[in-house]
Amino acid sequence: MSVIKVENLTVQYAGEEKNALDGVSLEIEKGEFVALLGAHGAGKTTLCLSLNGIVPNMISADMYGAIEVLGEIPPKIPVRQLATKVGSIFDNPEFQMSQLTVFEEVALGLQNLGVEKTTIEKNITESLKLVGLEGFEERSPFEISGGQQQRLAMASALAMKPEILILDEPTSNLDPIGKEEVFSVTRSLNQEEGLTVIIAEHEVEVIAEFADKLILLDEGKINEIGTPQEIFPKFVEHQEDVGVRVPQVTELASKKYELFDSTPVTLDEAVRMYKG
Amino acid sequence: MTDLNVSKLQHTYPNGVVAVNNVNVEIKQGEQVSVVGQNGSGKTTLVKHWNGLLKPTEGNVYVGDLDTMEHSVNVLARKVGYVFQNPNHQIFASSVRDELEFGLINIGLKEDEIKRRVDLISQEFGLVEYLETNPYRLGFSIRKTVGMASIIAMEPDVIVLDEPTTGQDYLGIKAIRLAIKKLKDQGKTVIVVSHDMPLVAEDTDRVLVMCDTELIFDGTPSKLFSDRSILEKTNLLPPQITSFTQKIGISKENESLLSVEDAAKTL
Repeated sequence: MSVIKVENLTVQYAGEEKNALDGVSLEIEKGEFVALLGAHGAGKTTLCLSLNGIVPNMISADMYGAIEVLGEIPPKIPVRQLATKVGSIFDNPEFQMSQLTVFEEVALGLQNLGVEKTTIEKNITESLKLVGLEGFEERSPFEISGGQQQRLAMASALAMKPEILILDEPTSNLDPIGKEEVFSVTRSLNQEEGLTVIIAEHEVEVIAEFADKLILLDEGKINEIGTPQEIFPKFVEHQEDVGVRVPQVTELASKKYELFDSTPVTLDEAVRMYKG
Repeated sequence: MTDLNVSKLQHTYPNGVVAVNNVNVEIKQGEQVSVVGQNGSGKTTLVKHWNGLLKPTEGNVYVGDLDTMEHSVNVLARKVGYVFQNPNHQIFASSVRDELEFGLINIGLKEDEIKRRVDLISQEFGLVEYLETNPYRLGFSIRKTVGMASIIAMEPDVIVLDEPTTGQDYLGIKAIRLAIKKLKDQGKTVIVVSHDMPLVAEDTDRVLVMCDTELIFDGTPSKLFSDRSILEKTNLLPPQITSFTQKIGISKENESLLSVEDAAKTL
């Protein structure tokens, strides 16, 4: 069952000559883990912001084509209402924090929607548990680590019980521990809770392990859609053209193909496919 | 020639938090050093002592023969350039050209020398077409390049880069790593604070690992990535290629293969 359908989507920001997205068509199935790859300016962020309705509802832009998310048309409903179906996480978690305690931070979105107090408390407890922040309720959002802040941002999104989670470079400002925390929570939300995940991310080694599907964007257009196993081996020779790196083991196997049964994209695959 | 010398360094912030404790380290002119560790381990506090942005609470820091306690950032910055992680903390001029010129005017260079250096550095970093543009109209990654170029233009002996590859895409990272190699060829000391392990492995010869305010490892990347106890203690992950060669058993004890090229040669 597809949860997202985009057809021939074109987005142009005021004053920009080039289209940020240029005739993009794609479909995403329920429960998929989808990674958006591409250089800066390829259109990853604009695609994320179109799916959660921030473009054009809060950041104005001309939009053409068709976009449907869980049966809704994002440009036509308030961002706040869509947030109950589509949770969004950005690269700078501190930016999203405004409250004195972790509890209040998660409560904020729900209160704004006028949700009942008992439901709010239940949702907060559940979502803090999902991201591993139970016991943090009374802490200040500004005095926890970057990885914890990003997980708090995820909890705030999860409290609205969304079916889709969109993450735009969620780990780019985090240290290795923080990155690992965010990736493992994201993965368990996808695998255990069945959330559909769409993530823009540069860490290709992690993406190769987690993602069902890659969408490679280049100058606002879709260059390729496929599994990591289909995409990465194909792009070893074109890393510079598309501005995307391939996993190190994929690059090695392309140089030493005679030593591998097939081209690996993850560390485990590489060990298994290595003939020695 | 500017060697850096840190002895028994302790730094305590005004709120009483000890950020760096008993660090001893000497860095010779021309070394390529990375400083790694989790956020809050003390790495940024340590490197900020090298251009006088921070002064020791206890112990000594020498930049060449200058005791940093006795000299201002202004004097020390001629020897040690510091490139901020976030270019927005550094850039304030209204055009890229003004930004590149600012430091050069500050160190008292003559007009024709300033012009020569701006021309040179803007070509080297691909900034010629943006010289008259306001840096804040440029994307983050080009703005970051401007921040780096403006420091390198001053030609300090030592350049400290704080998280240079954060938020950069493939081509941005490539450009930065190329710039580091060029600086190395010119005999500059390059100190990189980074979580980017392929950069640490391939572009630096020595790694300082900070953990809970202390320097717990000082050695080659090859040795670091085969030292399990340090890696576990600090949650550092070797580059994927290094892990692969370890798993299939082609790396020697206490030595690691650090790049795809190295691995391809050895296989």
